[in-house]
Amino acid sequence: MFKLLPESNPLAPAVTVVVNGRSVAVPQGCSAAAAMLMHGGGSTRTTPVSGEARAPYCMMGLCYECLMEIDGEPNQQGCLVIVREGMHINPQLGKPGVKP
Amino acid sequence: MQTDLAIIGAGPAGLSAAISATAAGLKVVVLDEQPVPGGQIYRNIETLAATRPAHLQWLGPDYAAGLPLLRHFHECAATYLPMAQVWQVGHDGRVYYRRNVANEGAVGIVHARKVLIATGAMERPLPVPGWTLPGVMSCGAAQTLLKASGLAPDGRFVLAGSGPLLLLLAAQLIRAGRPPAAILETSYDFWGALPHLPGMLGLPGYLLKGLGLLREIRAAALPFYRGVTRLEIKGRERAREIEFEVDGRSFIEAVDLVFLHQGVVPNGNLALSTDIRHHWDDLQKCFRPELDAAGRSSSDMVRVAGDAGGIVGAVGAAAMGEVAGLAAAADLGSIDAAEFESRAAAARQLLTRHRAARPFLDRLYRPRQQWVAPTDPDTVICRCEEIRAGDVRHLVAAQNCPGPNQMKSFMRCGMGPCQGRLCGLTAVELIAETRGQTPAEIGYYRIRAPIKPVTLGDMAALDVPSRHDAVNP
Repeated sequence: MFKLLPESNPLAPAVTVVVNGRSVAVPQGCSAAAAMLMHGGGSTRTTPVSGEARAPYCMMGLCYECLMEIDGEPNQQGCLVIVREGMHINPQLGKPGVKP
Repeated sequence: MQTDLAIIGAGPAGLSAAISATAAGLKVVVLDEQPVPGGQIYRNIETLAATRPAHLQWLGPDYAAGLPLLRHFHECAATYLPMAQVWQVGHDGRVYYRRNVANEGAVGIVHARKVLIATGAMERPLPVPGWTLPGVMSCGAAQTLLKASGLAPDGRFVLAGSGPLLLLLAAQLIRAGRPPAAILETSYDFWGALPHLPGMLGLPGYLLKGLGLLREIRAAALPFYRGVTRLEIKGRERAREIEFEVDGRSFIEAVDLVFLHQGVVPNGNLALSTDIRHHWDDLQKCFRPELDAAGRSSSDMVRVAGDAGGIVGAVGAAAMGEVAGLAAAADLGSIDAAEFESRAAAARQLLTRHRAARPFLDRLYRPRQQWVAPTDPDTVICRCEEIRAGDVRHLVAAQNCPGPNQMKSFMRCGMGPCQGRLCGLTAVELIAETRGQTPAEIGYYRIRAPIKPVTLGDMAALDVPSRHDAVNP
């Protein structure tokens, strides 16, 4: 849904993350939610209430629409998590189960 | 961690307060959710200025104005805790936080003698049919992606709503070579704002800037619809088109993305959770804390500065932060009253001018009633719990529900993870309209700590000095 402006610094180091199982390069310092908006297609979660598709809305930590699964940890606010090399970013589908 | 002043938020107000308070001899801790200081307005400014000079040009001088502020902040003696989510502020001066570092939560408490809440502003929601679809975001989100990551919307998009940010974002994206397909303005009242113009003349630069933005937008020759009376975003799994009405005529635009905006209001949950006195501001159409000129609230412990205390804009927020930092130093005996007066004089004057300019803008873009209390019954107002406008109206009419707190227990509106941040004002306006009362009479959600979701593990990991204290604060 978003793409990097060509004038963005070509020398800025990229980080490789795994979005929906696919390895992609994103700019260093960007958030997991931004990585999803670049490479994740449309929706980044489904709601626990009706299963409706949603995607990040405010990008500043308020709306909790960007809840996603990051490195296996469910319900993370994707807009507040900065990408790290090898990070696995997946949609949050409904509500997570209880860990045994 | 012990400190004199804990400041929550590293935007213009929080940073200025940290600078003035440390200069006046206080020990200061600044806690902020973001990885770098600057708040939303100066988001990522230092990295961007160093690596993407073209983007700095597009974002404009008001953004670049953050650079000297950040330089002063780095030079000051404040302790800075980035990526820290504050979930509770106690009247005993305890500030509870969780730091999201390397995906391992680390919890802690700052023990402060005074607490300054500088949590800034958030965008007022614009609940319209289809606004929950993927592909619909706020204008602030688009701007954040541009500032933080150099990302621009991919495909055809429109901006809809009202307020200065709508026009600023349009101009920024035009400069970046990514103009919107159209701008749909929902609220604008020049004649209503005109009586407030004299206050605006104290800041002539702002008027010229606003006119400059409009000129840039006009020069780009993109469709600019003023006086939109209906908006609906359509699509199945994501936004595909936006339908709207102007002067009784219907239009449809195919879109990949829609960015909504309806002005800004205080980002108030933390201040509300401390139970300091608030009142309804009918011009800004929001609740705001009752504060004196130095940000002191009805609690001796808690102060509020910047947009969190009522919208004043970035420069006004910085001025208010500076005064609030000095006032904390004076109240803690670090400087005397005369010293406070002389150090705070310039910032106070600046703040007064920015306050005086505000009513013109507030009135010019004051949202029309239909955009704060949706008439379409199927419009989702609580995005978390998927409560619709019609549900609220029906509950109030059929069961005589008196206010937002009773409504929460009936239907969970406002009880999802965002804790009412995105539905609160809409719920209040809907209840007020249905009951024929004012929002002031209806009141707001009772906001309780923790104001951010925390795990039981986080709470258990807290180093609480006395268990007795923890149970009976």
